[in-house]
Amino acid sequence: MGSVTDLEALLRPPAMEMPPYPPKVITLASGEEMVVRQVGREEIPTVLKAIYPLLLVERDYYDIVAARLYAELLAYKRYRVRDEYVLVGLIDGVLAGVVNGRLVDAKVGMSYHTMTIRRGLRVGSHLFAAKMEYHIEHIGQEDVLIVAESPIGFRRWMIEYPLEKKYEVQHELGGVPSWVLTRKTYFDAKPRLVTGRRPVPDALLVGAATIRLPGDDVVKRQVLDEKGGGR
Amino acid sequence: MRPVYVVGAGMTRFGRSELSLVDLAGTAALAALRHASLGKVPVDGVVVANMGGSRINRQTALASALVDRLALYPAAAEAVENGPASGASAVKVGYQAVASGMADVVLVVGAEMMRAVDGLEGTDFVASLSHPEAEYIYGVTLPSLAGLFARLYMSRFGVERKHLAMVAIKNHDHAMKNPYAHIHQPITMEGILTSPEAVVNNPLVADPLCLFDCCPVSDGAAALILASKDIADRLSGPRVRIAGIGQATDTHAVHEREDPTDLRAVRLASDKAFAMADAKPADVHVVELHDAFTILEIAESEAAGFFKRGEAHKAIERGETRLAGRLPINPSGGLKARGHPVGATGVAQLVELTWQLRGEAAGRQVEKAKVAYACNFGGFGNNVIATVLRKEER
Repeated sequence: MGSVTDLEALLRPPAMEMPPYPPKVITLASGEEMVVRQVGREEIPTVLKAIYPLLLVERDYYDIVAARLYAELLAYKRYRVRDEYVLVGLIDGVLAGVVNGRLVDAKVGMSYHTMTIRRGLRVGSHLFAAKMEYHIEHIGQEDVLIVAESPIGFRRWMIEYPLEKKYEVQHELGGVPSWVLTRKTYFDAKPRLVTGRRPVPDALLVGAATIRLPGDDVVKRQVLDEKGGGR
Repeated sequence: MRPVYVVGAGMTRFGRSELSLVDLAGTAALAALRHASLGKVPVDGVVVANMGGSRINRQTALASALVDRLALYPAAAEAVENGPASGASAVKVGYQAVASGMADVVLVVGAEMMRAVDGLEGTDFVASLSHPEAEYIYGVTLPSLAGLFARLYMSRFGVERKHLAMVAIKNHDHAMKNPYAHIHQPITMEGILTSPEAVVNNPLVADPLCLFDCCPVSDGAAALILASKDIADRLSGPRVRIAGIGQATDTHAVHEREDPTDLRAVRLASDKAFAMADAKPADVHVVELHDAFTILEIAESEAAGFFKRGEAHKAIERGETRLAGRLPINPSGGLKARGHPVGATGVAQLVELTWQLRGEAAGRQVEKAKVAYACNFGGFGNNVIATVLRKEER
């Protein structure tokens, strides 16, 4: 030991084998098509640029979610968190939302954050559902541990699915103890909450291959302004 | 009675506001005062419509507060609370003051800050207008009443969910042209009804009504300046007269009505307003209806006399109620997309119609509009005010 490379190997957590999330396409209320796909570490700097302007937006707890999500994505990019994944929603290639989570072990997943950038189209609901779909259907896990940091999140996850309390487990985000989505809860909720079509047509995949950002002002306006972001 | 004119109209953008309730009302009032260009003509009366300020904003005596904020002393001031019909009620009070000669210029403002509380409390606050012993204690909310009403209406008249969706799509399209609208988001039939994803995009709220059948919860304020003919004659700009006002009530509990699909109060209020205006529904060029739920636009348009019973949804299919149609309904986007700050809505409807009659509704102007109609639907149809405006040539 002694070289930077050796030390880095000690600082990086070991990684579990994770199947890739197969992209899907969702028709939104506006008729627009949103491609949901996984992003790798090389795309994280682009996603961080979209989150950055929201660090100081207090409305609907965007600041705390942005701050934590920023740190989580940075930790993922720089190998300082174990078995994390990141999914994004892209409308015409433009970032509409981000979700992330990680694997606690082979059977249990942990949801981290859901951030909607394009509001008013249930983008967050679709992306959270995609995250649960990944844990339960593609990775094959039994449970996903979840907490909410905002009343909106509480309504969307705890009430809408509905989730069960698992207060004997402390979620890694701190705050309240965990709630849990079980396989049964997931499959019961799937008909009304989980949608999307596969395979994604080539033209849409090509359009979603590169993440485009809406711009700082547009991000803030979409979040702070009214439904539709004042477009 | 003296004729009464609308000489100024203004509003805030509906949606979510960071202002206080008083400042929100004041912002709309200043917009209307600027629009009227009264010069040194004093405002001698102020009427403010608001439904929930005392409960959700801890603000009472709103009219007195507004007079002070705008330094309009010693104008007479009073607040009006009449549920979701508070706005049109306030206009009626202002009208009576001018028509009777008690005032020459009255500022009427409707204001509401509903997003100061979360959705559950907001829904409960509005539900408190229902019958306390026969409805509210059993958990009745306005969406649930509208859902029951919609189911009955659909089964009786052949209205389908696609017709409700057509109303929502139209009003979202109209709101795209209205800079004051809460929602600037077009929606499509595929996105909210026919695609597999529609179940998530447009979830059930109160069967058969879904998310996009319901108006948003909004903050907002709207204001009108009413004036006597003497004052109106001194001002420039197109002249809009309040030609008719009709009001009618019905049973508090919806189930006590002989036929719950018959919006009797809408029918009677409209009949009175048209009689007072010496007009009939066929004379009307542009309409604002109280579409807190999409089914209400369909039902009210029939009860007001624009279509025969059971025919409005067919007219919607033919595109007759779109901006370019035979009878544009809710060019503002309606409650569905312009938004519904309950106490402000009735005033906002008349602000939109005033702009339409003055030819100032840029981007959504109904060409050659001379007669306009609004329905402000209080309770669940148990207190309704219909208003007819008429453009007068100078």
